[in-house]
Formats: sequence, C-alpha cells, structure tokens
Amino acid sequence: MDTGRDERAERDAGVAGRAAGPGDTDVGEGGAPGGPVVPFVSILFLSPEQRAGVEGLEEPPFFRDLNLDQVVESITASHRDHDLKPFFHALPRDLALVRYRQQVFRDLEHEDVWSCLQSFVEGMRSMRRHLAQVEKLYYRTQKQLWFLDAVEIYLEAVRDLCRGLEGTACESEGLRRLHDFLKDYTGSAEFTALADETARLKGDLASLTYCLTVFDNHVTVSRYESEADYAARVLDTFEKFRRGAVKDYRVKFREPIEMNHVEAGVLDRVALLYPEVFRALADYVERHRDYLHDTIAEFDREIQFYLAYLEQVRRFQEAGLAFCYPEVSERSKAVRATRTFDLALAGRLVPEGSTVVCNDFHLEGPERIFVVTGPNQGGKTTFARTFGQLHYLAGIGCPVPGSEAKLFLFDQLLVHFERRESLTDLRGKLQDDLLRIHEILGQATPNSILIMNEVFTSTTFRDALYLSKRVLERVMQLDLLCVCVTFVDELAFLGERVVSMMSTVSPDDPAVRTFEVVRKPADGRAYAVAIAEKYGLTRERLRERIAR
Amino acid sequence: MKAFLMHRDRDFDWDRELPPNAGDLDQDLGLATLLSAMAGGDAFLFDVARRALLSGLRDPQEIVYRQQVLRDCIGHAPVVAEMYATAVEAIEGERQVYRAWMDYPAGILRRGVEVLQLFLGQLRKLRRIADAHAGEFRSPGFAALFDTLRTELSDDYLASVEEHLRKLKFQHGVLISARLGKGGKGVDYVLREPRQPRPVWREWLSFLDRSDLTLWIHPRDEQGPKYLSELRDRGLNLAANALAQSTDHILSFFRMLRAELGFYLGCLNLRQRLVERGEPICFPTPLAPDRPSLSCRGLYDVCLALRREGKVVGNDVDATGRSLVMITGPNQGGKSTFLRSVGLAQLMMQCGMFVGAEDFRASPAEVLFTHFRREEDVTMVSGKLDEELRRMREIADRLVPGGLVLFNESFAATNEREGAEIASAVVEALVEAGVRVFFVTHSYELAHRFHARCREEALFLRAERRADGERTFRMIEGEPLPTSYGEDLYRAIFGEDAEAAGAGPEV
Repeated sequence: MDTGRDERAERDAGVAGRAAGPGDTDVGEGGAPGGPVVPFVSILFLSPEQRAGVEGLEEPPFFRDLNLDQVVESITASHRDHDLKPFFHALPRDLALVRYRQQVFRDLEHEDVWSCLQSFVEGMRSMRRHLAQVEKLYYRTQKQLWFLDAVEIYLEAVRDLCRGLEGTACESEGLRRLHDFLKDYTGSAEFTALADETARLKGDLASLTYCLTVFDNHVTVSRYESEADYAARVLDTFEKFRRGAVKDYRVKFREPIEMNHVEAGVLDRVALLYPEVFRALADYVERHRDYLHDTIAEFDREIQFYLAYLEQVRRFQEAGLAFCYPEVSERSKAVRATRTFDLALAGRLVPEGSTVVCNDFHLEGPERIFVVTGPNQGGKTTFARTFGQLHYLAGIGCPVPGSEAKLFLFDQLLVHFERRESLTDLRGKLQDDLLRIHEILGQATPNSILIMNEVFTSTTFRDALYLSKRVLERVMQLDLLCVCVTFVDELAFLGERVVSMMSTVSPDDPAVRTFEVVRKPADGRAYAVAIAEKYGLTRERLRERIAR
Repeated sequence: MKAFLMHRDRDFDWDRELPPNAGDLDQDLGLATLLSAMAGGDAFLFDVARRALLSGLRDPQEIVYRQQVLRDCIGHAPVVAEMYATAVEAIEGERQVYRAWMDYPAGILRRGVEVLQLFLGQLRKLRRIADAHAGEFRSPGFAALFDTLRTELSDDYLASVEEHLRKLKFQHGVLISARLGKGGKGVDYVLREPRQPRPVWREWLSFLDRSDLTLWIHPRDEQGPKYLSELRDRGLNLAANALAQSTDHILSFFRMLRAELGFYLGCLNLRQRLVERGEPICFPTPLAPDRPSLSCRGLYDVCLALRREGKVVGNDVDATGRSLVMITGPNQGGKSTFLRSVGLAQLMMQCGMFVGAEDFRASPAEVLFTHFRREEDVTMVSGKLDEELRRMREIADRLVPGGLVLFNESFAATNEREGAEIASAVVEALVEAGVRVFFVTHSYELAHRFHARCREEALFLRAERRADGERTFRMIEGEPLPTSYGEDLYRAIFGEDAEAAGAGPEV
C-alpha cells in the first residue's frame, strides 16, 4: 500500500479537486481541517446516531457466498474479546464515513502511529486481565495489589498513547480529535492525582525487603539486616573447580497466581511489619474504584477494528500482495481494480506458501456487466467473489486488495450462487433458482450490485441460454453493476454493456490453469483444441495416425 | 583447578567431536589393535587413547611437553597409578550416592553435602601424594600439577570446606530474604548467612512468646507443613543449586584427572607390550611444521608387531624436504605396511607418544587423511571409482595446507591410463597447495609421470626385491620400474616351473 505522505496529500487533493464539481459526492469532498473543534465521539462512527443499532448485528446474507465470513473471521480471530464482527457487518453507506475511516487507516500505516496504538491496546488488554484476576482472588491484600497494578497499567497506557501521538503527524480527523481529548484528560487534576498516588504506593511496596526464618513448624517474619548471600559464598569457595557449563539444579516451582494460606499468612505479617504502606493501599482501593474513563474504554474496542484489519493487510503485504485505498464514488459505475485478489483464497494460500494469482478488471463508458466464461477450476468464481469483496470492503472504509482501485458505493449487494444441496429435484431446483432471482431483482435499485455464479446449470443449454438472456436484459434495464459467471458463451456477446472475461490455461500445458481471468472474447473451443493437442488428438494428427 | 598434563595451558577437550575421517583412520591404519594394547581391556582407557590419538597436536613444543610427562610416568609408574586410583574412587563413590528427592532443593542439598564429604576425603589423599612425591618428578606438567594440588588444597582451604559442610546442615533453621512480587507473592528468595544463634534462654523465651510476626502451623493443618517446606525450599533453591554445581565441578576435576592420567597409563601399557616383544621404541623428534619432512630408522608398523609373532621389518627412509613420496614395487612387498607405519608414527608422534622405530623425525601434519582402496564396495549403489572419487571430494572439502594424505592404490578401479590421469591431477593439485602426499601404487604409468616431472620435491621408493625374487619387505630408494612383480608371486606360489612358462627378461 502506498504510504508516502506526499503521495497521500496529492491524492487527497486530486480527489478534492474533482469534488468541486456540483453534485459530485465522491470521497474527498468532506470537511477540510481547520473547521470548528468537534469533540471526539468515536473512531469508527461520525455520530452517536450512526453507531446506534450496530451492536449485535448479524452478518449480511451474502457473506457466506462471497467468503466474506471467512475473511472477517480471520481478521477478528485474534481480537475475539472485543466482539468486532458487528462493526464489519454494518454498512452505513456514507461517503464521509468512508473517508473518515480511510484517513485513520492511512495514519495507522505509519510505523510510529501503529506501534503507539499497538502498545496502548496491549496495555488495556493487560489491565483487563488484571481486573479479571482481582475478581478471582481470595485474599484481600492480594486483591488490592492486583487492583493497584491494573490502575498503574491503565495510567501508563493512556499517558503513553497521548505522548506517542504527540510525536506523530496524525492527519486523520479521528485521531486528531482523540488526541485533543487525551491531552485534556491526562492534564486533568483527577488524572494526575491518581498517577502520583499510584507511583508513590508502588515505590513504597517495591522497596520492602523482609526476612523469613523457617524452622520446624513455624516461620517468623523480620526486617532484613543485610545478611550475606549464602549461595554466593558456596559458589565462591568452589570457584577454583569450575570448568565449563554444568547442569542447572534449580527447581522450577509451580507459580500459581493464587496464594496458599502460608504465603498469605506471611504477607499479613509483612503488612504488620510495615503498617503505614498497607493502610495506604487499602485506602487507595476504596477511593479509586471507578478510575476507568468511558471514552477510553470505547476507543480501546473500536480501534481494534483498524488494527485487526491492518494486521491482516500486513500479512499479505509480506507475501508480496498489494493493498490500496480505493477511490469510492456513489455515482460513477466506471469501476476498476489492478492486481487484485480474493482475500479468503489468499488467506488459505499464503500460509502454505502458494502463489496468489492477481487479476485486473475495469468497466468504462456504458459497460456494466462482466460475463465470465472459460475452463472450470480456472478462477471464475474467485473473480466473482473478488469483485464482491472489494466493493463491500471499500464500502465499510477499508483498504482493498490491489495496487489501485476505483469502486462504487452500492446500496445493496445482491448475490445468487448456485445452491448445491438440492440436486435431487432438478425441476424444483430450476424453479427455486428463478424464484430467488426474481426476488433479488425485485429488491434491486440502480445503485445495487448483482453477482450471479453458475445459474441455470441444472437445465438444458437452450433453457439456460434463454433464461440467462432474459435475466441479463432485466439487469441492463436496471443499469446494475453485475458479474455473471456462466458456461454460456453467447452471453458474452449481448452488446456494449457486456464485457467478456475468460479464465485461462497455460499455453504450454493446457492442463495447467493460470487462474488468470482476462478481458477477452469468450471462446470455449480454444481450451478443447489445446488439450486435444497435448494428447495428440487434433484432427490433423488423428488423420495422420489413421492414415498410417 | 586443572591437571595440565595434556596441555601446558588448558584441559584436554574430551568432548570434542572426533574428526569426520576418524572412521577411515581406524579402518585404514588398523587403530583398533593399537588402542586395545593401550587399553589393556579397559573400555575407558580405550576411549581416552582413541580421542588423544585422533586429535593430535601440531606444535612441536606441545608435543615435547607431553613426551616429558610420559617420561615421568615411565619413571614413576606406581605413583601415577595411585593418583589414577584416587580419581576413580572419587568418581565411583559419587555414582553410588543415592539420588532421591532430586526434584526438591532440600533433597539436592542433602545429596550435595554427602558428595562433598566424600570428595573432601579424596582431595586430601591427592594432597598427601603431592606432598610425598612432588620432588621426584621432572616434567613441567607434573610439576605444575603437584604445585596446584599443594597451593589450591591448602590446609586453610580444606578447613573452609569443612565449615561449609557444618553450616549446610542448618541446625538453627534457614534464614531467607525476599521481596514482594506480583500481587504480594514472595520473589527473589535468597538464602542468607545464618544469624548468630541467640542465647539458649532467648530461644526458650521465643518459644513461649507467640509473637504476631510468627506463623505457627497448627498440628491439624494438613496442607500447612507442605506449604512451609515449599517456602523453605524456595529459600534453599539457589544454595542447593550452588552446592550441586560445585560438587559437579569437583567431579569433573576428578574426571579430567582420570582421563589425562588414563592416556599416559595407556602409553605405559603399550610400552610394556612392545618391550616384551623386543621391538624398539623411541621418542620422536617433531620438526618445524613449515618444511615437509620425514626421516626414520627402523620404522615399523606397531599394529603388525602387536599382531604377529617374531620381529617385524623396519625401514630407513629419508624424505627430508620432500612433499611427495611415491612408493612402487611388487605386490605383497610391504608397501601398504610401510604406508601404515608412516601413518601410525605420525599419529603417535602428534599425540605425544613414543613411536615404533629406532629413530623418527617428522614435521607434524595439520590434518591426516587416508585414502585407501577399499576391497569391498560397502554401498553397492555406485561403482567403485565413483565411491573413491566421492571420498576424495570429502577429503578435499576438509584439507588444508600442511595436511598429509596417504593414498593406497587409489583410483585404480578403472583402466590404468585413466586412473593415472585422475590420480596425477589430484596429487599435483595437492602438492601445489602445500599438502604432503604419500602415494602407494603399482601403476607404473602414474609413478613414471611424476618421476619424469618432479624429481626434486618427490622421493621415489621401491619395495625391494632381490635378484632371486625374494621380497625383503624393505623400501629402498629407486625409480619406478615398468614391470610389477606379479610374476614373482606367481612363481612363489606355482614354483619354479613358471619360469619355463615364459617370464620376460627383468630390468
């Protein structure tokens, strides 16, 4: 992904420049910096209204067909405790929001911003683990000490984040507003008093060294009086025999977090030995129960959306795959993408070291429909999924696979994939197909995207040709953006609105798929001729053989 | 504390991996016979001798250092045997100390105390031997060892060890320091020097005074004693480790002493065997390594002498300044035996031993390789020539200038011309690279090529054959002869009739 600041500025400017035209609502038009100070609301949404209803949102119906469920699962897998999926399921269709999120993403691509936020969320994670532990523990003093640590970690995480953002040149509205909030918060009397008290208490506790005398059936706690380290004396005496490494005889003790009653008894007696410190601790816990600021807690969760997504992006970038910030428009259907790929498929291929094949597509002028034909297992469905994934991800403000992309901000993503389960009843299946398509087309508006994969496979070629034509005519009337994967070559010649794409095979060995899907006229015979040649079964060769 | 009997300034590295060609040397030079004689049935001595033999020295001064130690051993065999026995007793004794409860610091500590007690006795014994015999030994190696024993194991030192043994019994409980770790759990437990025991009356008083700062385990508390002893164990952990590691170090001192003395005991065993057979031995003179040299009088194959009844034939050769020695002559004429005697003497010299000869001087080799024609094709996968070339490639991978390679009928697994072609290329390359080469061949083709080309740096030896055809098994200086002596063999086996069968005139 291009991350250079100059390039960013230039690109934003470019978009903004075009946005000057009347009625154009492309990304880039949004509020210029320097306007009135807006308080920080959320890093993911522009207003509380926008955020309302997102919680608990289920995945959209097309997620499974496009393998977006796998994509989101893989993105959120390592962030499970934040329940991020609803954020990926919500599609507000708001260009300003796309812009707001893209800016935050761009900021996060800078290593300093990235690591600053990573350590913040790591700190918050650690804080939550501490609080959970406080609940589980039994002895009061131990609970208090864990609580103290939780607060200390929180303070440090917040302070570090504020200080960290100071040194970075964040340009996104989201992070700038957050930073303003943090400056106010960490400068507040409430925050600084808490920080001072925490540091003092930690220091006092750390400085305590006590002694235990274990004898028979009792242990006595006393102050440490600088007695010499006896193990060191033993080592010293036998130093002269030392040669090379020897076995480590230190016994590893089990270190449960909980204390047993002897340890707890010892701790109680240490508290007796140093009463002032432990009295201050009890008092501290009582007074600071509600230390955690709501805005911080909310931000901690929402920023994970970005971090999780970029972590995924980085994994793919390491494998040499490109991501880019798509230019998103809610008007222009001249979509395009260069060197793009199926995220779900790449998620399987990259870990096993296999190559991910990238593809390009573009529509211009009156073109609206990709008709994809060619040999099976050649990447046709993958192409259709890629198209869908790209538009969805762009719509929720994320960077997308590809070195460059221009995409359409749709209102609905309508997907018809062949259902393999009901093969037994062919007539029923065709009927079912038609019913579903009818329903889909009924929902569609000119701003919708339709993806059809291998429809009408269960009927005769004639039927399939006829039905497909009819459906595509309807699609053209609606002016839908559409991808149609089919075995019917004829569909690729339905006029200027249709672009023909073909999955291809290796010129040297037709049994080898390249998984490239390219813009070229449909030709079902090319593959057959090639494969025949390989086995010596072309017409000429056969004639020669028979002649012999 | 070190023994310094193998090196002036360091321990012998017994754990060092043997060179990859160890197996070839074993096989080609027949080392097992030599090592068995040194071991006298003791597997430990066998291993020690093998390691010493296969990781030889290069510096003449270091070689002489060991020779001096060995001379002392020859002069004072009983004292050396007593020291060896002391080390063995310590090692065997330690092995027998019970290893129970080793997963608890208290158990580790208890064992450590017992082992230390045992070692203290053996260290005292070594000290007594040193006191009694130090004056009688001449070599710098033994002088240093006795000196070390007497200064490092001084009376004061031995007394301080005694004191540790007393304290480590912790008769007044253990004193442990700690700090507050995560959530108030104790960390950094450190065992402390015991405080002055309080007067008896205070002890009594404290027993009565159940102070708030003392936690008593209730008699009916079932888990309590376990947790308390865990606390104690945490305190003892580092000290127990320190003690166990210390006794390990002392043990390894005894092991080192045993191994280094063991090498010399092995030499004494071998010497005994050769002297019994009336074979001559001598301390060789290691020459400066910068000039390839070997000269000897009465050099014989020690292994052959050990295996065979009766005297073996010795050879006189002067290859001073020659980097290539090419040995030709009739089969069964003693060529291979001579080649082995060179390899053995070289190895024995370089580990500080005497050699089987009346006189032997040679420059130490950086590395020693043997490339002998193997009768059986072990792998069966590839042809013989392939196998030979592969072995040669392995050797070449590890050769360095100043190395020595002994070839025995190498590259003869093909026709003579081709074999000679390969062999001469190899030999020329090696010699140019500064490697010494001894090459046994019955190929006139090969020997002749070199004789024509490089008389100065090469020495040509021939297995002697008298006019009557009898082999003396002696190597004499002489150019290669075009005929091999197969007909001799034939005649020897088939009798005089063979002559009538038409043997050609001899040159």
